Amino acid sequence: MADMSQKQNRMAEQEPNVRNKNFSEVALGYTEEQAIAEARRCLGCKTKPCTHGCPVGIDIPSFIANVAQGNFDGAYEVISRSSSLPAVCGRVCPQETQCEQHCVRGAKGEPVAIGKLERFVADRHAEKAESAPVPASNGHKVAVVGSGPAGLSCAGTLAKMGYKVTVFEALHTAGGVLVYGIPEFRLPKSIVRKETDGLRALGVEIMTNTVIGKTLTVDELFDDFGFEAVFIGSGAGLPRFMNIPGENLKGVYSANEFLTRINLMGAYKSDSATPVFTGKRVFVSGGGNVAMDAARCAKRLGAEVTIVYRRTENELPARKEEVHHAKEEGIDFLMLCTPVAISGDEDGDVCSVTLQKMRLGEPDKSGRASPVPIEGSEYSLPADCVIIAIGTSPNPMIKNTTKSLETDRRGCIVADENGKTTREGVFAGGDAVTGAATVILAMGAGKTAAHAIDEYIKSKS
Amino acid sequence: MFRIISKTALCDAVIKMEIEAPLVARKAEAGQFIILRVNDDGERIPLTIADFDRESGSVTIIFQTVGATTRLLAAKNAGEYISDFVGPLGKATETEGLRKVAVIGGGVGSAIALPIAKKLHKSGATVHSIVGFRSESLVILRDEFASASDAFFLMTDDGSAGEKGLVTDKLRALTESGEKYDEVIAIGPLMMMKFVCKLTKEFGIKTVVSMNPIMIDGTGMCGGCRLTVGGKTVFACVDGPDFDGHLVDFDEVIKRNSMYRDFEKRCDEKVCNLLKRGEDNG
Repeated sequence: MADMSQKQNRMAEQEPNVRNKNFSEVALGYTEEQAIAEARRCLGCKTKPCTHGCPVGIDIPSFIANVAQGNFDGAYEVISRSSSLPAVCGRVCPQETQCEQHCVRGAKGEPVAIGKLERFVADRHAEKAESAPVPASNGHKVAVVGSGPAGLSCAGTLAKMGYKVTVFEALHTAGGVLVYGIPEFRLPKSIVRKETDGLRALGVEIMTNTVIGKTLTVDELFDDFGFEAVFIGSGAGLPRFMNIPGENLKGVYSANEFLTRINLMGAYKSDSATPVFTGKRVFVSGGGNVAMDAARCAKRLGAEVTIVYRRTENELPARKEEVHHAKEEGIDFLMLCTPVAISGDEDGDVCSVTLQKMRLGEPDKSGRASPVPIEGSEYSLPADCVIIAIGTSPNPMIKNTTKSLETDRRGCIVADENGKTTREGVFAGGDAVTGAATVILAMGAGKTAAHAIDEYIKSKS
Repeated sequence: MFRIISKTALCDAVIKMEIEAPLVARKAEAGQFIILRVNDDGERIPLTIADFDRESGSVTIIFQTVGATTRLLAAKNAGEYISDFVGPLGKATETEGLRKVAVIGGGVGSAIALPIAKKLHKSGATVHSIVGFRSESLVILRDEFASASDAFFLMTDDGSAGEKGLVTDKLRALTESGEKYDEVIAIGPLMMMKFVCKLTKEFGIKTVVSMNPIMIDGTGMCGGCRLTVGGKTVFACVDGPDFDGHLVDFDEVIKRNSMYRDFEKRCDEKVCNLLKRGEDNG
């Protein structure tokens, strides 16, 4: 009989006023007892509504039943049939709008903490993981462009089928947005490292420092290197700016630059060779997860941080949990407001930001109430640093160097539901196709494309 | 890991290194750049490609020891390795259709101007090279430049080598004496490029400059290298590094490049002390 308590088993967290001064992980994980207790809240619905809410279709009731019985290896086995990055997804998936939203227990009380259980199972497995045997080769070569969630999951799926996979990564470390974007306190880099090491153990070669579109082109991957198919999972890495006066002053960052300095280059460590600047007063423009990440990083570096968002809290695109964590850590939220100018001193350093008040108008294309500027409402506040976190778009480098690869007007690669692009043998998935979205969707797309690539290569040989 | 094939000191503070990087050498063109990290905790720095050999798979970089990273790099020897070396990044310098060009190099920037002079010279264009240094002890690549030029002018601030004066003095003199250039290509310190552009604007000569702002990834991802060119924001890493010098907002980039000066100074001192201690022990 299921435990019918309405509340989830809480996962221990670092105290807000302690964690806002360090970069260690915020949530500390379940103990075995907590995990079993939480798993016992699952009703094991035959219709599996939670599974339908999962972009990669994990058999959630089955893995949770294993946890409830203390069979953690069995639970991992169930998850890994559908997901290649459970330790990552257990941490960064927006479960509240996916699996947990469909949980029957959520109708009265809190849903089963599926994400936290997934994390527990993955972490417990990693503690005692033995490397899986290298699958027998089928003699076919596939290139994967980008080592973010889409690329890693595509590479892993193909490698398990026996393909010889080479992943090309532009930066010096594999992981894509998981290493340059998501901060250590949300997703420890050691976890990403374990995932990429796991791929290498499967025989996947990861070539860092290789920019497809520059070092090599997609055409060369086919013609000169003998790859039979190419998967493009190059993400959405191009930062958008606001095009307001003063955006090129010293102290104005794209969220990408700010987070890359901190996460990829380790600028938060005292002995880092890469600098990052916050000053005392930081304003972050935007309301997504990236804005929350940037704000929480700036806070940890000792600044007073304000998030400025042009709609209200109800429309914030960030996960509720991230907003909640940010508030707990002492970050201010200034809603219905947008920066319209940044001013600097004679050295070109930011000294103030001019904000304009907004009100909510008619719903726009996204279905959300559109922000309408209130004329004459501008006012200025002292500032040392402004971080622009209003979104990113795909990098045009690959599109510009690949024959007959179509993109839409936002620069996203055109691909069908299986990841097939307009160019034969080229598949794509993740943010490169959808524009900036979530880790799990990218992972799902990588996996789907891997199966399409398998079919394509089999049909040709 | 990338092997250092050879290392040569061109003068006291300027070092030439050949790096084994066949994939970069395969594609490299004059005007493009690479990004490197010396070791695993190092920062990423961009350096313009000074030369390349597609056959042997090597790429040559020439750098001045001006900060922590270049100092660490300079301490490496032939046969040793650096962690990362990625490229070729940015766009190649456009030389097609040019018949008569003044190539201007300032300081270590001359090392980057040289492959462009060579390429132009080889294509049959008339090349007038003007290279400037503070004093004789800093002069590099004199013979190489002279042999890639139809006319070669060496300038020093103190007159200790070549003529005393600035590169702009020579360019003005040549232009006023009736030399007509299709284009001026200027590579060197920001101040030098700014004043070359001021002069050529006066004379109405198209001028291309190579920008080297602060950057991290070199692929358009961070936007740290953004510049204002013709009133628009561009990224030096993917839209450049070459730009129409008459449209570049030099004052803005001069300020932006000073952003981490204090940090850089502290890092440099730390590395200096570390290297010194290493020498004492060795």
